[in-house]
Amino acid sequence: MKVLVAVKRVIDYNVKIRVKADNTGVETANVKMSMNPFDEIAVEEAIRMKEKGAATEIIAFSAGPAQCQETIRTALAMGADRGVLVQSDTELQPLAVAKLLKAVVDKEQPGLVIVGKQAIDDDSNQTGQMLAALLGWSQGTFANKLNVADGTAEVKREVDGGLENIKIKLPAVITTDLRLNEPRYASLPNIMKAKKKPIETLTADALGVDVAPRLKVLKVEEPPKRKAGIKVKTVAELVDKLRNEAGVI
Amino acid sequence: MAILVVAAHDGKTVRSNVANAVAAAGQMGSDVTVLVAGSNCAEAAKSAAALQGVAKVLQAEDAAYANWVAEDIAPLVVKLAPGYSHVVMAADSVGKNVAPRVAALLDVAQVSEAIQVVSPDTFVRPIYAGNAMATVQTADKIKVVTIRPTNFKAVAAGGSAPIEQIGGEGAKGLSSYVGAELSKSERPELTSAKIVISGGRGLASGENFKLLETLADKLGAGLGASRAAVDAGYVPNDYQVGQTGKVVAPDLYIAVGISGAIQHLAGMKDSKTIVAINKDEEAPIFQVADYGIVGDLFQIVPELTAAVEKK
Repeated sequence: MKVLVAVKRVIDYNVKIRVKADNTGVETANVKMSMNPFDEIAVEEAIRMKEKGAATEIIAFSAGPAQCQETIRTALAMGADRGVLVQSDTELQPLAVAKLLKAVVDKEQPGLVIVGKQAIDDDSNQTGQMLAALLGWSQGTFANKLNVADGTAEVKREVDGGLENIKIKLPAVITTDLRLNEPRYASLPNIMKAKKKPIETLTADALGVDVAPRLKVLKVEEPPKRKAGIKVKTVAELVDKLRNEAGVI
Repeated sequence: MAILVVAAHDGKTVRSNVANAVAAAGQMGSDVTVLVAGSNCAEAAKSAAALQGVAKVLQAEDAAYANWVAEDIAPLVVKLAPGYSHVVMAADSVGKNVAPRVAALLDVAQVSEAIQVVSPDTFVRPIYAGNAMATVQTADKIKVVTIRPTNFKAVAAGGSAPIEQIGGEGAKGLSSYVGAELSKSERPELTSAKIVISGGRGLASGENFKLLETLADKLGAGLGASRAAVDAGYVPNDYQVGQTGKVVAPDLYIAVGISGAIQHLAGMKDSKTIVAINKDEEAPIFQVADYGIVGDLFQIVPELTAAVEKK
């Protein structure tokens, strides 16, 4: 079974986000970019499936500017077999990415697609569910544990108040939650090997997908700052403040 | 404009965040319908009808809807959607699972986790874990929106909307529910608790969370944790407060042994009053705390528990 994983190039999670002075977005010039952490988990899960013999080939998909090649290379260095990049300089929103993914799925016919549950830039948490909808496939979202066998996937999902177990028919789309696995680091020999792995470059036009943004971003601002309060010396003082000043206990 | 709120429920009552979703919907238009889909969900439909600001409740009875399988619920919502300008859900694990499936089937964009309704087509939503706020406008005919419950004041009870029975769409047979492993707790649920006490890496072990449990029981508080504490295995993952966990906004939030990573702050900075207990006076949590106390939590927490007891 082929497994397709989607990887997004985002601002590294360790970078402090700065809003642009003209309020059109956040500063991305000269900022370290990395693979979305939830997508690393998706790549890792696919590799583990291949190591167990449950997957035969792993295709790493990305969409965006030419630099997304680097993100695909990271997936290839971790253990994916080949890459597909849909190159686009348009801002790609979740529905557009889901449509691009669908076009590639139609071509590649994977038995399973694994994506991160959300990207840490736009925090949308939409693409996997949208892809499943467009394909008419089942969806196993916020996966904490995944077991694939005999045409079905058993998924343990992270939900409000605990965990939920579902059984879904394959083919399916899985979205990864934090505790599904701990992604590996690519070793130096594997990074070297990844340079020789093929990456196919496509365009939205060639795939016949309209990627024009549906949501218009009117402005991006700093969040309102919460002012630091006071430090109290003793517990008695704290309890007094909470009772008589804040009135919360 | 007519708004459709899709309500999650437990069969008896709709989730408390439905009252927040109805409040948000009321800011998008005036005619709010709530969809309660389920199996034997008459009581839940009644609880939705009792919310103020609800004009009508649609009760869809179908065995397929018993466990909120997105593949089965989405077609029902999609069938109803053309009669409405907006489809609104709370951004909880049900809304996050179902709403994007609905949006894609309608070929419309989704606005995720709106925290403010600027106008019926314009919303403010946090991006980059709350480190920036984006104002977005949607041109789609049907607007699919999930809202962050803590940012909208829940509507009160006291309404009496009519309940209309509608049929279900049956099961697609794509997905089946096997069971749940829900954490059993006597304490109030995190997202609805008036007081929340959270522990971080400073607790140093799961055993030490007992200290917080004692204080939580005295205050009737919910118990939470930072991602560091969850990752270290001190407590189960549904305790996690933060961007990748639960977003809470109680009257009082007590952060114990939590340094205050950005992703944690994104999950609690809307709390009314914040107390921080930490031995490191440089910890970023003090920058958002109304009352900070620098010192050893293993002394301060028992002292606080004793002091709260003495009225």
